[in-house]
Amino acid sequence: MSINGMKVRPNNTTMMQPSNTEVKISVKNLDLFYGDKQALYSISLDIHKNEVTALIGPSGCGKSTFLRTLNRMNDLIDGVNINGSIMIDNQDIYKTNDVIKLRTKVGMVFQKANLFPMSIYDNVAYGPRMQGIKNKKQLNEIVENSLRGAAIWDEVQDRLKHSALGLSGGQQQRVCIARAIAMKPDVILMDEPTSALDPISTLKVEELIENMKKDYTIVIVTHNMQQAARVSDRTAFFLSGEVVEYDETNKIFSMPSDQRTEDYITGRFG
Amino acid sequence: MVSKLRKLKDNLYRGLLWGSAFLTVAVLIMIVGYLFFKGYRLINFEFIFGDYSPAGGGGIWPMIITTIYTIAISLIIATPIGICAAVFMQEYAKQGRLVNVIRFATESLTGIPSIIYGLFGAVFFVTTLKMGMSIIAASLTLTIIVLPVIIRTTEESLKTVPNSYREGSLALGTTKLQTLYKVILPSAMPGILTGIILSIGRIVGESAAIFLTAGTVAAMPSSIFSSARTLTVHSFLVTQESGDIELASAIGIVLIVIILALNLTAMFISKKLNKADY
Repeated sequence: MSINGMKVRPNNTTMMQPSNTEVKISVKNLDLFYGDKQALYSISLDIHKNEVTALIGPSGCGKSTFLRTLNRMNDLIDGVNINGSIMIDNQDIYKTNDVIKLRTKVGMVFQKANLFPMSIYDNVAYGPRMQGIKNKKQLNEIVENSLRGAAIWDEVQDRLKHSALGLSGGQQQRVCIARAIAMKPDVILMDEPTSALDPISTLKVEELIENMKKDYTIVIVTHNMQQAARVSDRTAFFLSGEVVEYDETNKIFSMPSDQRTEDYITGRFG
Repeated sequence: MVSKLRKLKDNLYRGLLWGSAFLTVAVLIMIVGYLFFKGYRLINFEFIFGDYSPAGGGGIWPMIITTIYTIAISLIIATPIGICAAVFMQEYAKQGRLVNVIRFATESLTGIPSIIYGLFGAVFFVTTLKMGMSIIAASLTLTIIVLPVIIRTTEESLKTVPNSYREGSLALGTTKLQTLYKVILPSAMPGILTGIILSIGRIVGESAAIFLTAGTVAAMPSSIFSSARTLTVHSFLVTQESGDIELASAIGIVLIVIILALNLTAMFISKKLNKADY
């Protein structure tokens, strides 16, 4: 199958029966304001467990803002107001005060690798240590498993005590993923995780995402539509703070129901 | 033709830049050289470790100790307060009018001549709080003098810590305090140490404010509540009283060595801390 030269994996169509899967995150009528300016308009969508959900759309359409509502990173910005509800495992995350616990359950990988100026080991062990885990053996185990989970163990196992900032961009991003995995989250949010990476590193991260979805629910923001088509099970198309269309990825890319979606994915704007 | 002119301009400019840099270094070498040639004959074991004798001869050990006392006490008080104030303004406070007022106030504090601080210290610490002319009164006055320096430099270095570190840490379910201690402050440490080094310079260089708050007793202080004389004040007084430039220069050499040693220590600590990061 091919749309405008874009390859969509044919097995996507046969492999998935997404409608049967469990809903992990349920968003209802979500409005978000930066001061007086409204950035998100009445967003409602269900994110399914053990799937990759891609958020696409032009710059400034609110996809990153939306992603950041899912682990309440927007709380850090002054003047952000939110209406509506976000339920994760049937709990409204804006009705609990325990943001700390929410963020241990919902991990995040950022656009640019943001490892701390510490060793690779200390970076991955950072989260668990902050939760109070001090046992060396336990930490070693977590670090190894997380790095294996992020498919980078083989590349860094000899230099765990070296600065993480000496790694290449792609390796750093995978260590960031390992750092997120180390918290044993249920959900991992990724904000354009490959936008600063070269094609080979991008491929590695994409393979990783594919493998990770059996253990985690993944929400990924991407500028790259081929990437959305390659890695995701469902895709939401954002435009000017609204969700124009949300459906199974192969449906969005083969027969979008909204004209604007079609214009966007065929490259007429954005 | 045009290209020749451009080249000439370029070379002229380069020469100007080079000249400015050279001038700075030359002035430093001249001052240190002058001090050294004027004063080196006086420097010996007795001079550094001996007690002061008003009749002439004698050493400067009491002043060295007094100087170290004032540096240590002022920094012990000013550093934590300064860092906390900077962290509050940069990391915790909502940016707005209140923070701007505080920032304006600290900036104004740096511009006040030190004699004013000295007068304030003499009235407030010495008289009102009944500390008398003492090392502690001088140190508290110096604390106020260096506080804005530490606040400013700490704030500047906190600004250079990338926001992505804060986000990365908080996104892992850490508290703000954990993020501050484990990620933000370690990254800002080199800048904070620069502030401390600048403060040491300011403390050692101070004479008027100390003169008015610690007095001029040229004997070994029995405690931080006794009046005493720092090296800088001593240097000022011997020049003024006897015009003994040689002695003043010798004191100057000791001062420079002390500052150099403290700066190198701070740099060493900074390097060690950076190493410890990985």
